[in-house]
This record gives sequence, structure tokens and C-alpha cells, in this order.
Amino acid sequence: MVAEIGQFVLILALITAIFQGVFPLIGAARNSQPMMRFANNAAFVQFAAITAAFICLTVGYITSDFSILNVANNSHSLKPMLYKISGVWGNHEGSLLLWSWILALFGLAVAVFGRNLPDSLKARVLSVQGLVGVGFLMFILFTSNPFERIDPAPLDGSGLNPLLQDPGLAFHPPFLYLGYVGLSITFSFAIAALIEGKVDPAWARWVRPWTLAAWGFLTIGIALGSWWAYYELGWGGWWFWDPVENASFMPWLAATALLHSAIVVEKRDALKNWTILLAIVAFSLSLLGTFLVRSGVLNSVHAFATDPARGVFILMFLIVVIGGSLLLYGIRAPMMKGGGLFAPISREGALVLNNLLLSTATATILLGTLYPIFLDAITGAKVSVGPPYFEATFIPLAIPLIIAMAFGPFLAWKRGDLAGVVSRLKFALLLSLLLVGVIWWQQTDTPIMALVGLGLFGWLVIGSLLEWTERIKLFRGPLSASWRRMTQLPRSAHGMTVAHIGVALVILGITASETWQTEHLGVMRPGEIVSVGGYDFRFDGAETVAGPNYDAVRGTFLASTGIEKGVYLYPEQRRYSDPPMETTEAAIRPMLSADLYAVIGEEDGKGGYAVRIYHKPFISWIWIGAFVMFLGGALSLSDRRLRLGAARRARQQEAATESLSGAKG
Amino acid sequence: MTRKKRRLYFVLAGMSVLGIAAALVLTSFEDSLVFFRSPSDLVEKPIPAGRNFRLGGLVEEGSVEKNGVVTRFNVTDLNKAVPVTFEGLLPDLFREGQGVVAEGSFTEDGVFVATNVLAKHDENYMPPEVADALKKAGQWKPEGDN
Repeated sequence: MVAEIGQFVLILALITAIFQGVFPLIGAARNSQPMMRFANNAAFVQFAAITAAFICLTVGYITSDFSILNVANNSHSLKPMLYKISGVWGNHEGSLLLWSWILALFGLAVAVFGRNLPDSLKARVLSVQGLVGVGFLMFILFTSNPFERIDPAPLDGSGLNPLLQDPGLAFHPPFLYLGYVGLSITFSFAIAALIEGKVDPAWARWVRPWTLAAWGFLTIGIALGSWWAYYELGWGGWWFWDPVENASFMPWLAATALLHSAIVVEKRDALKNWTILLAIVAFSLSLLGTFLVRSGVLNSVHAFATDPARGVFILMFLIVVIGGSLLLYGIRAPMMKGGGLFAPISREGALVLNNLLLSTATATILLGTLYPIFLDAITGAKVSVGPPYFEATFIPLAIPLIIAMAFGPFLAWKRGDLAGVVSRLKFALLLSLLLVGVIWWQQTDTPIMALVGLGLFGWLVIGSLLEWTERIKLFRGPLSASWRRMTQLPRSAHGMTVAHIGVALVILGITASETWQTEHLGVMRPGEIVSVGGYDFRFDGAETVAGPNYDAVRGTFLASTGIEKGVYLYPEQRRYSDPPMETTEAAIRPMLSADLYAVIGEEDGKGGYAVRIYHKPFISWIWIGAFVMFLGGALSLSDRRLRLGAARRARQQEAATESLSGAKG
Repeated sequence: MTRKKRRLYFVLAGMSVLGIAAALVLTSFEDSLVFFRSPSDLVEKPIPAGRNFRLGGLVEEGSVEKNGVVTRFNVTDLNKAVPVTFEGLLPDLFREGQGVVAEGSFTEDGVFVATNVLAKHDENYMPPEVADALKKAGQWKPEGDN
């Protein structure tokens, strides 16, 4: 029964989305209030319908209703409850349902929080949002119906891929989708602005919170994905420049560029066309990411589907969305006049540089990701583009970007004083050179890239902190004055400092773990001790243990430095029964200074086990840094100037306080 | 500064960044393209020693020999076979008779030294390149398909 209800509400959602896509657009053109206001109700109904469908599917999973094909294929009655629920989106059909649900959720958020938006803009935004929804709902209903029945129902399901039975992965797709789909809002705003033929600072102020939110979710989503790869795949790596990873990294880079260019539109009324284009590109890359991952073009754990009908549908959808929006852009963009002038050395100039480097990096990654697909389609040759390509192109573009990240915030709008900035950043330069010098003195064979990476880390952290202390005039007057300045500084300024420091921490984590990682690979017998990265690892043997839906060989290691008590590590080699599959569970002891990482392999038949032990200095800082970046974004987002409808409320409040003080006086 | 002059600066900056990027792409692209070859392909289109590529096929039955953490095995498309050595922990689903993709290069004496071995992620899955290679070799048995 739940499946039929789910199916029905999904169709209802599609019909609503079609109406939402068409009527408000006509209403905005004819200036008809009722037709424009219809968008709000439609957004609500669409959201309610998809929520109901999502609940139906979840009920199917929780009750293990194997008469639903999707549940039978992806669940199992013995699976822990968390994974029964995460199984809802751990497959192709369910993940698309989640995508559509988030799309509708964001549409509803615009309807509810966008009270201050001009009626026509809001109607157009919601209608574009509705049209994107139509595409996804049609895709679900025609090619990937999660509510399809199977008759006769199997006695039990075939289970979820054990690699996906993991808390990190349970939350990785929802966050990534919140980011991907968040970019749909900026896309809708961009299309609406093109239809209106008007982009102004107010537009940028409405767009920026959505970009920030999408960017923050993408950051967390990508970080969770790489963390999962790090501990679940058992290879010790955390980023492989795999096409699926690139598919999420490209929208992130585009969103980062958009975040910065929207500031220029907001503050200086310039770079409008570029910002619109970026908004279109960022969402197009999100769609492309979905296409790459979901169509089965790529060979990866993520590729659930290998049905050509789906590939053709998504390809058509991509052509309509990307082609259509770029066509509209081509027609409308020349009509929009650019605003304020500025010199190349200025805040705007720095942000343009940021955008240039970020979009060039995105383009090189896009090329490397799509090239094998095109080559295969045209010549049939199978190639892959390896990490060396991405490293050789991305790193040289990232270095000037990071150097500029410390400069940019110091520069004034319109016309900056480079010499003045250099003199204020002297301290950062000196300290980072000192850091590099000390490391080189300690270890003269340190690779040059490691010195560059650590130098950039020092430069960016100190540069960001200097800019922050400059703003609050720390030590240039009484501390109380600095405190007052600090509390009065807009939260978005604090947010920028925090996010930039987050980037620096990621650089630290990457550089240090790549440079100073040590490992031991070999067969160990119980009682044997090896020394890795200053720790003695004693192997205490292995035993067979039973988990809820697997059996495992669990090894025991004691890692100690001789000073501390030591920690036990329990890596496992698991054998799942449904579906039959083996996985490696690395045992990781994360610490701020280094991670201890142990993997156990097969027995060699003579009582020894193949083991791999890593000591990875500072690697946790990659994820800490990503989280700090997210915090920076969240801090900016909490800035009341960015809140939709804040301007009006703030003015009312001021008026209220004034009348109050007037009464007092 | 006039609008035109500003535009000129941007165009120049943009061109120079794109130029640098193009140079980076061109210099690194050729070297980091990793070709895929089946054992039979190697007869027609050999790959010089030292050049990185991906070798795909089935792990030949009875060919796996383990010595500590070093494993020797043959990758075959059932027409030709290539000897492979790999030092490290093999993926969970590495089995005789199963599909495998090994990345690495030939030594001078014709042994393929793998730096990375990818096996399929679950029992029913065959890497598409391997499936194609087997089809080409006329050895494709569709019941192994997903």
C-alpha cells in the first residue's frame, strides 16, 4: 500500500511542479498578482507531496517490505536500523528522490523566507525552481521509479553494499546534495534576473546567503566523502582525483568563485554578467556531477545505474538546462550594463584574480575528467587521466591563489595600495620564511613542494590574522576599544578570516601528511614489534569475531612511544553474508599530531598476517580545516545583513530604539 | 581609468592565466594519460618498459603465488597472459578467475610490476574495461555480467 501512495504523491508532485513552473512565469510577465502568488502555494504542495513520497519509501525500508523492488535490491531484514534508513538514499532511485526532496525544500525556503523579494523576481525564481523539479520528477517517474513492485516478493532482500554501511557514508550524500541543490537556487535567481533583465546589489544580497549555504554543505559533503575513503577503503589515501570526486570538487570550486564574485556585485555593482554566468556554470557542474555519477558512465562504487535510458534522459536534460540557460544568457547578458570602475590593484581586482584562477582550475579538472569519456565515445580507446595530471595543473594554479588570499583582504575597494599592503604583510612574509627555514634546517632533504606548502600555510594563517587584528586595531589603543571594534565587526568579516584559516589548515594537513608519512608493509607474527613513525607497534595476534551481519578477523595491535601508556588498534577484515562481500576496516587512532593507521590482511598459512601500518603526521587537519572552513561560512551566513528581509527589520528596530530613547530624553 | 582600459587589463590577465593553464595541461597531459590494455592488446600495441598503464583481465586460475606481502599472478584474457607482481595488501575481492585491473609498468624483463590493484567491488560486478577486453578476445561469458 505504501508504494502506491508514494507513487501517487510523486505524480501529484510532478503535476504541481509543472504548474509551479508555468503559471508564475506568465503571471510575472503579465503582472498578475494571483498567478505570481500561486508560486508560494505550489512550492508548499510540491514539498509536502515529495516529503510524503520520501516517508513512504522510508516506511518500506523500515518495515523491510520486499515487495518493493528497490527495497528488495538494497536492503536486508538483518541490517542495522541506521543502515535501513540510510539505505533509502544509498541507491540510485532513492538518492534521486532525496535530491528532488531537497530541491522542493529549498523552493519552499524561498517561498517562506523571501517575503522581501520583489513579487516578480520571487515568482520567477520559484518557477525556474519548479521547472528544474519537473525534470527530476520526470526522471524518477519514467526511468527510476523507487516504488516499483516485484511479484512474487523475495523472502529477503539482497542487502546494501557493505562499503556503504557506514556512518560517514550515511550522511555524505545528503550533505553533498544540499550543496548541489543549493546551487539550484542561485541558478534560479540568475535565470530570473536574466528574464527580468536586471541585476543590482540587492540581487547579489539575496543570492549570497544561498551560495554560502550551498558552499558550506558542499564543503562538509566533500570532506565526509574523503574521510570515508580514508578509513573505509583501507588504502590510507583520502583523495584520488577519481572522476566521482572531481564531480563534487568542480561545483565546489565554481561555488567558491561565485561566493567571491557576488561580493563585487553587492559592494561595487560590477562583474554582473560574470556572476550570472558563474551561477549558471556552478549549477550546470552540479548536474553534470549527477550525470557522471548516476549514469554509470564511470566505473565506481557510486555508479549504481547502468541503464542507457537513464543516461539518454539525463543527457537531454543537461542539454536543455545548460544549453537553454546559456542561450538566454547570450541573448540577455549584453543588455546589462556594468557598474563601478576599478583599478587592477584593488579589492575587486584581487577578487577577479581569485575568479580567474578558480575557474581556470575548474576548467582543467573538467578537461581531465571528461577527456576519457570523449575519447572512449569517439575512438573507443580506454584511457584514464591519472592524479599526476591533476596535481601538475591544479597545484600551480592554487599557489598564486593562496598567495593572493592574504593580499586581497588588505586591498581597498576601487584602488588599492600594493606597496602599503606589502609593508603590512612584511611580518607574515618574515614569519613564514622563518618557518620554512627552521624546517629546512631540521631536515635539509625536505622536498621543495613541502617547503612551499608549509610556507603557504604560514603565510595564509599569519596574513589572515594580521588583517583581522588590523581591522580591530589590536594593540593600537586600549584593549577595550579593540574589543568593541571586534564585536562591531560584521560577522561576515570574521567568517572570511575563519574560512581562510581553514584553507590554511587543509594545506598544512595535506603537505605534512604527504611529506612525512611513514609506513610498514609486511607479514607479522604474534608478539612481533615494528617501529613506525616513532611508535612501536606490537602485534598481539588475531581472532575471529562475529558482528551483526558479518564475521570478521580482528587483529590487535598495541602502539606505544614508550613514554605514554599506548593505545590498542583493532583492524578488521570483514566478511559480509548479504550481499556476500569482504571489506577491510582500518583501525585508526586520530590525534592532532598524527594518525596511527593499521590494516590487517590475509593469513599467510604459517601463523603470520599481512599487515600495513601507517604513521600520518597532521592528516586530521585536512578534515579539521574543512570543518573550520564550514564554520567560517556559517559565521558569515549568520551575519544579519545577509539575512533575507533583514534590512527592513533592522530599520524598524532602529526606529523603535530611537523613539524609546526619545521618550527617555 | 577608462572602461576600455580596464577591459583590456582583464582580457590580458585572463589570457595569461589561460595561457599558463594551457601550457600546464599540454606538458602534463601526455605523460599522465594512463592507457588500458588487455594482454592480447599488448601484442598489437605494445607499451615500452617504464611507461605506466592499466592492465586488465582475469586472474589466471592456479597462477597466484604468495610470498609474504609479495604476490605473483598472471592476468589473462584467456588468449594471452601477462605475469604480474604486486607488493602490498590485495583488495578484498581479489580471487583466481575474477576480473582485475592492475596499474603499473613493465620492467625490462617483461614482468608487470603493479603499484595498485583494483578488483571489483562486489561479486557480481565486472570492471567494464575487463568485460570489453574479454568480449574482444571472444571469451565473454554473459552470466558473469551484472
